[in-house]
Parts: sequence; structure tokens; C-alpha cells
Amino acid sequence: MGKRLMKGNEAAVHGALMGGCTHFFGYPITPASEISQAAAYYFTAAGRTFLQAESEVSVINMLYGAASAGARVMTASSGPGIALMGEGLSYLAGAKLPSVVIDMQRAGPGLGNIWPEQSDYNMVVKGGGHGNYSNITLTPASAQEMFDFTRKAFELADKYRMTVFILSDAYIGQMMEPVEISGPVLHGQRKDWAVYGDAQSRENLISSIYMSPALQRKHNEELQHTYRQVEQEVVDYELYMADDAEIVFVAYGIVARICHSAVHALREQGIKASLLRPKTVFPFPKNVVEDFAKRRIPLAVVELSSGQMADDVSLAANGNVEVFRYLTMGGETPTVAELVASVQRDMATLGSRRSS
Amino acid sequence: MIGQVQKFGKSHSFYDIYERKGEGEQSTHYCPGCGHGTIQKLIAQAIDDLKIQDRTIFLSPVGCSVFAYYYYDTGNIQCSHGRAPAVATGVKRTVKDAIVISYQGDGDLAGIGMTEIVHAANRGEPITVFFINNAIYGMTGGQMAPTTPLGRKTLTTPFGRDRDRDGMPMGMAELMQAIAAPVFIERCSVATPKELLKTRKAVHKALQNQIDGKGFSFVEILSPCPTNWGMTPVDARTWMDQQMTLLYPLGNFRDAVVQQEEQPAEHEVPLWLDDEALVELLKGASDVPVMRMEPLSETQRVKIAGFGGQGVLSAGELVATCGMSEGLAVSWLPSYGPEMRGGSANVSVTLSMDEVGSPLVDHPNVLLVMNGPSLDHFEDQVVEHALVLVNSSIVTRKVRRTDVRTIYIPATELAQEAGLVSAANVVMVTAYLLISKAIPLDTLKRCIPLVLRKKAFLEKNLSLVERTMVYLQENGMV
Repeated sequence: MGKRLMKGNEAAVHGALMGGCTHFFGYPITPASEISQAAAYYFTAAGRTFLQAESEVSVINMLYGAASAGARVMTASSGPGIALMGEGLSYLAGAKLPSVVIDMQRAGPGLGNIWPEQSDYNMVVKGGGHGNYSNITLTPASAQEMFDFTRKAFELADKYRMTVFILSDAYIGQMMEPVEISGPVLHGQRKDWAVYGDAQSRENLISSIYMSPALQRKHNEELQHTYRQVEQEVVDYELYMADDAEIVFVAYGIVARICHSAVHALREQGIKASLLRPKTVFPFPKNVVEDFAKRRIPLAVVELSSGQMADDVSLAANGNVEVFRYLTMGGETPTVAELVASVQRDMATLGSRRSS
Repeated sequence: MIGQVQKFGKSHSFYDIYERKGEGEQSTHYCPGCGHGTIQKLIAQAIDDLKIQDRTIFLSPVGCSVFAYYYYDTGNIQCSHGRAPAVATGVKRTVKDAIVISYQGDGDLAGIGMTEIVHAANRGEPITVFFINNAIYGMTGGQMAPTTPLGRKTLTTPFGRDRDRDGMPMGMAELMQAIAAPVFIERCSVATPKELLKTRKAVHKALQNQIDGKGFSFVEILSPCPTNWGMTPVDARTWMDQQMTLLYPLGNFRDAVVQQEEQPAEHEVPLWLDDEALVELLKGASDVPVMRMEPLSETQRVKIAGFGGQGVLSAGELVATCGMSEGLAVSWLPSYGPEMRGGSANVSVTLSMDEVGSPLVDHPNVLLVMNGPSLDHFEDQVVEHALVLVNSSIVTRKVRRTDVRTIYIPATELAQEAGLVSAANVVMVTAYLLISKAIPLDTLKRCIPLVLRKKAFLEKNLSLVERTMVYLQENGMV
């Protein structure tokens, strides 16, 4: 099968339609607008539903309504828009409604700028809205993965009755790469819990209220049970040149691509660098981190944030090994040369510390 | 049937026993004298009469009626505060035959949910909205609502609602009247048996409209809240009838006869594509045939820069498409955002035998500069021995670096001679590919139609490629 050169943003819309998504509700925001624009064209041309809502608050509630009626639904936005959706995302979790949301991260806080950051990690991975809940969070690092992960997201959302986030960044969305439009078209099945406006579904209720604390407790425990199941079944990552690792980069999205080049550059300098690239950050591949830490192989988290994912890495490393943090904020990205210099410096310090 | 009063028994559309409620399964959770029970009974009767129980999806808001799903034996969705019209939009656009009822109080609809109700109305969503106006936040214990009368003491207006501080009470039916799309707007009351009958009729009509696919129907119903008003149920009804209706006049505001106009052809909604047609749509016509090629001598890290409008990004797209067509790994990363509008533009393209790591080109080994500022900006960033191509029609100065290979091409002039005002980018790409031997001429010619937006200029572009080749040969550049 041939490939098409396309942006990550466009690839996501292709993935959505191949994943059986029938309803896209959008609201413009840079750098995610291209996703809505592509959806406006392709969803409409395919006889699916695209609607531009009046706000991100309305968007997430339209998702709530369409998901209640059994549709495969999605939207795409960036930090400020995702923040506005917080309450709705919590309602989706509480009512166990499947949905897919793309966050094309930009720099914050506040209005910030439109360049890439990875500073929505905590908001997306740890929930973001009120109450105890989690979102499955996939982290693509190429246009092809924007397609593949978005397509797969609808299956995961339906299976676990959860919101699945595609946590990406401005560069992965803007970048064009060859994309293979692969696999059969997937379709959502009729859901026995959804409300279709027919006799068969008349008894169904979509709600997140349990007035009795005992029932609300049980509901919460069931949700947590699902999240533990997801941790067992959904975790995904790539290990690159890790067999002889002396130091392991941990990075996702655009930064993982830069680290990939840095691995080669460092090996040319005689340092056996490797890369752990989480493809899911909830669930986080903590066992892999734990394993490196126990083997005393130092970790270097490269992240476009104040260290939000680095905290998860440190938690899994549990003090067993050094966790270096190479952090960049504000919309800038580290260069390969900078990463090489940082690793050389820290490995030298570590070597002298360990030998003394 | 309207007019026939069903004296006894519960509507089929209510559950016999309110199991979802738990304790007190036979009675509602509403206070004595509350209007919700009366209004919900009217709606249940209308659902029965219209035989739409199976089709009905009832949206419960946040407020006293949050538990409407205890009672209605229909599909039920509980919504977040104020957002029911957005939820209804999502539902109705998924299950078009469903009868979607948005039942909302005044804090919900006229306060926090003002945006959602206005836009749902403006889109003419074919749903039915029942707006229960009791001029107070009931569920939270009696705070000021947007509809609370001036001077009224509430928990948050302990000295009375003040116009200068709190604004005037809002008339939602009047506000709806300012919007073109709704087909039915009426304000009724449950204060007296006479008004109750009118309400019953309006409820019926608003649902019939949805059955008929007519459009957005809005029924505002004035309703008593004796508990939070601090009145007896009887006094509350008297006050409604004598005072509240002065503030909120009853009556029909709109009952439009909607003609089903045919949509103009250009707005025809495409039909649902089956799997095969969908895949065809997504794969498009620009499927690039992948062919084997000679190995690249080195990974090409290309930076192309110039003014916005010089075709910088599409030049990059052409290079990347050629690379993909040769079976190479490629990436294309633009500068983007506000700086693209009228300012400078640049794009990073990587062509590689192995998978592309970082798509960011920090230190290019190929630089195509279309204007002066781009040369100033990128000259120092290129690696030693880089290939630097300069559009000498526009860039007046020479390259200062002596450790790079520099080629000057009057790209803009060559393009203009070929009758193309904005194809300097094609000249630059052609020169780059031929001089570097990264991509053969045949591949370039094959890929131009895949990238070119204006197909009418295809022949002229292909001639320009030939002309560029001749120029390079004449000047000993290839």
C-alpha cells in the first residue's frame, strides 16, 4: 500500500475515521485548529458529523451527549481549551462514557504561546477535572503514530468506557511524514448501556450521581478497578538500543525524536546511550523504569515541562538510581548537541562520584 | 387528547415505583407546593398522549430537577450544570428519531448555561426545552437567580436584589424572541387551573413540533418555590398570579409555520460513505508510488527559507515528496503561526536512508535561501561543506562563509521568463536536487503534479524544470 505525505494533525483525522469515529465536535485553537479543519472536510465528505461548537465547554458536553447515544466521538484542542473541558471530562469519567480527545500541547501558563511544551502532562494524565479518575493517555511521536494511535483510541475507549487522550505537541501535529492509511475501517457496536431513544434502551440511565455515600464509594472503587486493569493491559513503550545501556533517555513526543538522534550522537562519542519512549503515559511503563533503576542504570528525563513526567520516573526509580532532568520550557526544544553535552557532563560527574 | 382530563392514575411515562430514589419510593423528592411535580406530570401525560415514551430521552439538569430520572420511565441522561442544550445537541445529532427533552431551571439555563441555550436555539436544534422559572436557586437553598425580582431577599441578597449591583431580572422568552431560528416560544404558568391548561397545551405543542421535525421549541413555565420564597403554597400561587406575571408576561411569543425549504445544491449533505468509499476518500489521489533508488551519499538536512508567499513550504513539500517517492525516510517541519502571515517562513526537510530521528534541522547541510534576511539568519548555522543555494534575483549580497559550496541562481528571473510569477521555489528545488544528485530528474517531474496546487500551470512548471537544467548545464553547475 502506498503512503501519503501528511501532517500529524491531518493523520489524526484519518485515524479517527478509520477507527469508526462518527462525530467530531470542535472549537478553534492554535496549534490544534488544523485537526478541526481537516475533520470539517473529511467528516462532512464522508457523511459523518462535524460541528463547530460555541466553546470548549459546549464541545465536551456535545461529546457527552453523543457518547450517551452510543456514538464514537472525539475532539481536539490545546492546553487552554482542555482546561475549560475539565468539568466535562470528569463527568465523562463519572458516567463511564467513551470518548477520544487530542491535546496538541502549547506553551503556558495562561495564554503562553503556540510553540510546543509538554506541560499539560499532569492535567491530562492525572485527571485534570474534579474527583478520582484517570484517562488512558497515548503519546505519539510521528505522523504515522498520530494515525495509528487515534484509530486504536476508539477501541480502547469503548472497551474500558473511558476517555482516551492523544497527548501530543505542536511539532508532531505540524510535521509532515509519510503515513500509511492501513487496516480495516473499525466500527463501534451497539452498547447495552447507551440511550438510543428506543424501547430496547429505555431503561438506561447515563449519570454520575450516587446520592448514597456507600454507592458512590462502590462506584469509585469500580472505576479504580478498571484503571488497575488498564495498567495491566494497555501499557506500551519502545526501547531503543537498550541492551547495552549505560544511560537511558526517557522521553515522549517530539522530544523522543530528538533523543533518538542524541542516542546516535552519544554512541559516536563512546557513550552507550539508549531511549525509553513511553507510548502510553497512563498507564506509565513504571516496571521498565523500575528495572533500569534496580540495575543502577541512570535515567535522563528529557521533557518540555518543569518535570511533570520526570516526577513519575523518579517515583518508579524509587531512589535506586540517579534521575537526571533535562527540562526546557516556553516553547523551545533542546538541540541534539545540548543533550550530548548534558549527558557527557553528568556521566563524568557520576563516574567520579561512583569511583570515589 | 388535549381537553380530556385524566383524573386518576399515573402516566405510563412515570415509573410505578421510584426505585432509583431509594427511601420513599412512592413519593417525589419535591417540597410541598413545588411546581416541578405538576409540570413533570404534564410532560409525562404529553409523552403518553403522543406515544413517544420509547423514543424519549429526558435530560436532567443540575438543580431541584436533577433527579427527574427517578420518575421518568424513558431514556435518561443527567447533565452538568447549564450544559443540557449542548448535551441535547450531541444526542440529537446521533439519534435523529429520538425525542430529546431538555428540562432546565433558571440558574441552570439563564445563569451558568446562557451560552449553551442561546447557541442551541440559534442553530435551531430540533429539540424541546422546558425552562422552569421559579426566580430562585432552589437546590442550593435559595440564592439569587438571574430571574429573581428586584428587592427580593435571598440568601445572597440579604438586603434585597439591587438593580445597580445585581442587574435586572432576565426575561428568557423575550431573549429567545430575538433569535431567528426557534419555531415555538411561549411563557406559561402553573399558578391557576386556567393557566395550567394553557401550559398543558404548550407542552403538547412543543413536543409535537419535535415529532414533526420542525425545529427548536422553548416553553418557559413560571413555577412556585414556596420553601425558598418563604410562603405557603397557596400564597405562593397568589403571588405568582398577581405579581410575577407583571415581571414575566404570559403568552405565546412565536408559533412559526416552518416550510421545508430545499437546500441549495452546493450545500447538499454527502451521504454516509461505506468502508470502501471511505478508504478511497482518505487515501486520495496523491498515493505516491514507492520506487527503489541509489543510496543517498549522506542524510540530507535541508533548510529552505524566504518570505511568506515565496512558496517556501511547498518547496519543502516537493523535496519531501520526491524523497518519499524514492523510498527514503522523510520529514517536513514548518515554521508556523502568526509569523507566517506576511513575515518570514522556513521549513526543515530531512531525507534519510534510515528512520528520521529529530525532524528539527539545527545545522543544515543544504540551505536554500530565497531572500536576504534568510541568508543573514541561517548562514552561520550550516555545517562545513554544506551546499548553499542563493536566489540571486533577490539576494544582493554574497555568501561570506568560505567553507561551504555556494551556488547563485537567478531563480525569480528564470521563473518569470517561463511565465510563472511565483515559481522561483521550483527553480531552487530543481537546482538543489540536480546539483546534489539526491533525487533524479525523472522523479522530480513525476512528483511535481502531486504537490502543485494549480494544476493548470503543470506544463509551465515542467518546462521551467527543463529550463533550469539547461541553465545549470550552460553555467557548468551540473
